[in-house]
Amino acid sequence: MLLESVVQTVPAFLDLPFRDGYLPSIIYVSLYVSVTAVTLSTLFSIPVAIVMGFTDFPGKQFVKAVINTGMGFPSVVVGLAVLFLVSNQGPLGEFELIFTKQAMIMSQFVLATPPITAISLAAITGVDENVRDAAHVLGGTRLDVAVVVLKEARYGIATAILAGFGRAISEVGSVLIVGGNITSADGISKTRTLTTAIQLEARQGQYETAMILGAVLVVLVLAVNIVVIRLGDQEVRL
Amino acid sequence: MQRRTFLAATTGGVATALAGCLGAGGSDGGEGAAVIGETLTLTTTTSTFDTGLLNAIHPDFEEMYGVSVDAVPQGTGAALETARNGDSDVVMVHARGLEDDFMRNGYGVNRRDLMFNDFVIVGPADDPADIEGMGSATEALTAIADGEATFVSRGDNSGTHTKELNLWEETGTEPGGGWYQETGSGMGEALNIATQQGAYTLSDRGTFISQRSEIDLVILVQGPIEGGPAILANPYGVMAANPGVHSNANYDLAMAYIGWITSPGAQEAIANYRINGEQLFFPEAVSEDPNFQQYVPEGWSSNE
Repeated sequence: MLLESVVQTVPAFLDLPFRDGYLPSIIYVSLYVSVTAVTLSTLFSIPVAIVMGFTDFPGKQFVKAVINTGMGFPSVVVGLAVLFLVSNQGPLGEFELIFTKQAMIMSQFVLATPPITAISLAAITGVDENVRDAAHVLGGTRLDVAVVVLKEARYGIATAILAGFGRAISEVGSVLIVGGNITSADGISKTRTLTTAIQLEARQGQYETAMILGAVLVVLVLAVNIVVIRLGDQEVRL
Repeated sequence: MQRRTFLAATTGGVATALAGCLGAGGSDGGEGAAVIGETLTLTTTTSTFDTGLLNAIHPDFEEMYGVSVDAVPQGTGAALETARNGDSDVVMVHARGLEDDFMRNGYGVNRRDLMFNDFVIVGPADDPADIEGMGSATEALTAIADGEATFVSRGDNSGTHTKELNLWEETGTEPGGGWYQETGSGMGEALNIATQQGAYTLSDRGTFISQRSEIDLVILVQGPIEGGPAILANPYGVMAANPGVHSNANYDLAMAYIGWITSPGAQEAIANYRINGEQLFFPEAVSEDPNFQQYVPEGWSSNE
């Protein structure tokens, strides 16, 4: 619960028109949902990108086209698709996932996977042919070559993951539909994220509060980017 | 909905037993523990939620039963649709026609009249269509249409939108043209858009009062609470999802909720809920006089 204790300290610096615990709880829900979704997306996307980057198979161009199209999926459409899936009428209805974080993770997974796959693939295929050849010449096995290429492509892959994270944490359409924007009566978020909170404030004409929440979101994304880039640099030194 | 089903499905019976113990607070499954720890999903209209009413009164219910209420603000049309899909246990909405369809189709049971406020026609202070003080809502809308003054419509199948369409129908005017703008947005957004454009719109009094400090509009035609026409009345109803249609509906808790919110205590809490000293909702569930029409679709009789 490191995440929870970190977000508890954030609002201490700000004087905001919210009840105690409200802002930390929506930051927590935002991060929990998006980080989980992007982690799952990454675990799925990177292997796919590697397979596609190192092998040729019939229909590869078509798969690429599908992935690239996925980058442009409107989040509302994804939200509706997931809603049909998890609604009590739908195929996963028995699991009672509607209006839960799990449903939100599902929709963000669908949204984040195409950009992570496509950008990772571009990074892998973009590694100079000379590097691959050199690795071969030096007697590397296919696995060795793959490891070398992945090392070369790591910045591109980090960018891919960050792009996926950016898409996930900033989208509002699908989490509103499948999450329901719920807080408990004491103001602690259950499925309300920063983006749906912004939408709610804007709906009520509280534009200033909405802007403050928007600023919190930007700072949060910036912080995540800095952390990921730092981690990348450390790896280089190792 | 019963989240315990989900737990059971994912982590097996052990988790269920655990959840049961935690929920029951150590008691060995006595009768009182039957609903403890469960979650009630309430889909509702934006006006009950955005005014802050539900967050103000729900803690009392949650404490009484040891449960939590997930209130999902959606607009009346969407709130009923969610319940049709079996994703909601209880609905609180304000469009009698839509509620009646919902009941006739078998999705809702045990409807109660809950509370009311009224609609008001609001617009810019300079009032280009000159409707201020009109005693008739339809005349006011006719004047707006004749003058082609900008009118912002919710356009979202909400209770307010339904009322607006009914009013246009009464006037015999088909709204359309550049002056009539369907925004597809919630009440607060519609009020903001009307402010930006110096336009007229139909608003429930509760949302208008709760946002008055943010917007630059005035009430031009009053509703029945302030002596305006009865056609602008805005009654809210509450009903349970039919467990005969959706077996997963948490019917017990839904009925507990309806029982609680129509009780004298909760009704008083609704009456006492104020913003800037103004009462937003007027309870009507507690009455000496019988009102059988609240239980059935409007105009229904057993001869039907």
